[in-house]
Amino acid sequence: MFTETFLITLFLGAVMAGMPLLLAGLGEQLSEKAGVLNIGLEGMILAGAYAGFLVAWTSGSSALGFLGGAGAGMIVASLMVVFCVILGLNQIVIGIALTLLVQGLTALLHFVQFSRSYPRLDGMQSWPVPGLSQIPVIGPMFFNHNPIVYLTVILVAVFAWIYRMTHLGSALQAAGDKPAALDAAGVDVIRTRALAVLTTGALAGLGGAFMSVAVAGVFIPFMSHGNGFIAIVLAMLARGRPLWVLGGALLFGASLSMTTALQVAGVNVPVDVIQMLPFAMVMLVLLVAGRKASLPAALGESFERGAR
Amino acid sequence: MSDVSLPVAGGKSGGKPGRDWLWMLALLIGPLLAALALGGLILLAMGVNPLSYYAFVVERSILRPSGLEATLTRMGPLLLIAASLIVAFRAGIWNLGGDGQFLLAAVMVAAMTPLMHEAGMPVWLVLVTGLLTGAVIGAAWSVLPALLKAFQGINEIITTLMMSFLGVSFANVLVKLAFLDPATTTPQTRTLPVEARLPRLFDTTVSSGLLIGLVVVVLVHLMMTRTAFGMRLRVVGANPRAAVHAGLSVPKLTIAVFAISAALAGLSGAVDILGTQGNVRADWNPAYSLTVVPLVFLARLNGFGSIAYVFLFSALTIGGESAARRLGVPSFFSLVIVALLLITLGLAEYADKRRRARARQ
Repeated sequence: MFTETFLITLFLGAVMAGMPLLLAGLGEQLSEKAGVLNIGLEGMILAGAYAGFLVAWTSGSSALGFLGGAGAGMIVASLMVVFCVILGLNQIVIGIALTLLVQGLTALLHFVQFSRSYPRLDGMQSWPVPGLSQIPVIGPMFFNHNPIVYLTVILVAVFAWIYRMTHLGSALQAAGDKPAALDAAGVDVIRTRALAVLTTGALAGLGGAFMSVAVAGVFIPFMSHGNGFIAIVLAMLARGRPLWVLGGALLFGASLSMTTALQVAGVNVPVDVIQMLPFAMVMLVLLVAGRKASLPAALGESFERGAR
Repeated sequence: MSDVSLPVAGGKSGGKPGRDWLWMLALLIGPLLAALALGGLILLAMGVNPLSYYAFVVERSILRPSGLEATLTRMGPLLLIAASLIVAFRAGIWNLGGDGQFLLAAVMVAAMTPLMHEAGMPVWLVLVTGLLTGAVIGAAWSVLPALLKAFQGINEIITTLMMSFLGVSFANVLVKLAFLDPATTTPQTRTLPVEARLPRLFDTTVSSGLLIGLVVVVLVHLMMTRTAFGMRLRVVGANPRAAVHAGLSVPKLTIAVFAISAALAGLSGAVDILGTQGNVRADWNPAYSLTVVPLVFLARLNGFGSIAYVFLFSALTIGGESAARRLGVPSFFSLVIVALLLITLGLAEYADKRRRARARQ
């Protein structure tokens, strides 16, 4: 069963299925660092998936689709900024509301436009890296991907650098751990948090667009199917380290894409059993490593200047 | 939990300065009207006249006797979900896994009760066993999040949601692989015959599930507001650290909350099967739990208020389903209304907070 083709299929599947998780997880990590628990992540992914598909379908350009997805994610995130960061409403309630709202609206919009048909996009071309992609096994595994994949891996490094080396990184950290201290240091807490949430929206929306444009080639209502919540777990377990989000996304991506890989290996398992895998994996990881998960001190608390 | 102010004193906040009854009424009704108005704008954008849509919904779900009966029957499982959420939220536990608990209980009940009925067991015994099974299965599906929360402090929002997704898929696996009805080709469980279901109320088609739901919601309300046990749970919810200092065993109470809340969600699944559905079809998932969340918040976690809001929501979905067939507005629209309600509710809370802050100055 563990032939070369099986392993390559599994790895490529893990990358494709793991990309939305990675993008959304990096975003969630950012907003959690800044003290905003973003339960609306699922909705931002779904908004990105819908808008990404729609733009790519009407314009015929997948690059525009990705931009549209990121934009839609940011629009949902801006609602989160207004309600949770500026007005200080409960982050969990608004998060659930935004997810339900996007689920309902995208399903409605899809119905209005396409009724019950599901038009498909053309498959996306991968960008093989010249030379490196010719290496056997390693080449097809690492150097023959969608451009967004390379970009996201670079982003992981950029985030790690921002968190460790820059003033912005420590401002973000302070916004989540001790917002009053950040305020006293003369940095605007609301603006820092708003920046984090908007970036999260863009990343989650891009992840959603990747899901509909690059992976599925089609938009189906409710297609984000819990990816946002898995990404939240990823961010919790990664404890502020972007590289861990990358590793976790591959792990969960592998369990998401197990169906195809097993079919390649000639094993037939019902889809519903496979669908349980990533969630069972999350529970298992939480059971084993949950005690180590840590979150910023002021997570979920709104910041009001001068309040005690 | 900082901003949706939970009425720790049992929802009696009318006596505070600056909160006259008109303002209270506006707080209760305002979010609903605002959400319906925003929803109306969406209908307009879809080219549907909002007034005729809402009129159609009211006509089909309340004014027609058959519609009203359907609305009241639908309330049974929804009220049990509301009771499940009230226990959890008042104790500061975010049990968002109700859908998994509901569906797994429903599937087990649907698999078991038809066989028991065929085996010649008396109907009352089948029904009682079915209800108990539902509650036990629901509670069992919350054991893992409960233990993780009580002893490892792991955020229950995540674990209950994960268990919910897991439970929904697992329920499908059970329906398709284990409990298939051999008599039909459609993938579904065996069907409990109508004569073996929960009895109907009087001469109507309203299931007595409504009665179970009403009794349980009232009992839960009284338990949380009038008993020492409920008081302990509210203390844990309001301030876990203070609860430890008061000598309460927070882990034990946490596990009790999960058990009660999830058992009620499971009971809801049992009532839906034994009262209305009779069987579970593959991929059936009404997803009641997340949509009832805004309703219990609107009711300020008050059991009696929840009954009113559950009635409205039940009417909206029953009417919405018939509008989906007749007016071409998909039933996703009720999902949008619920989401808008949550947001307008949050804004109302914000306005209330500002008003109280001004009154204090």
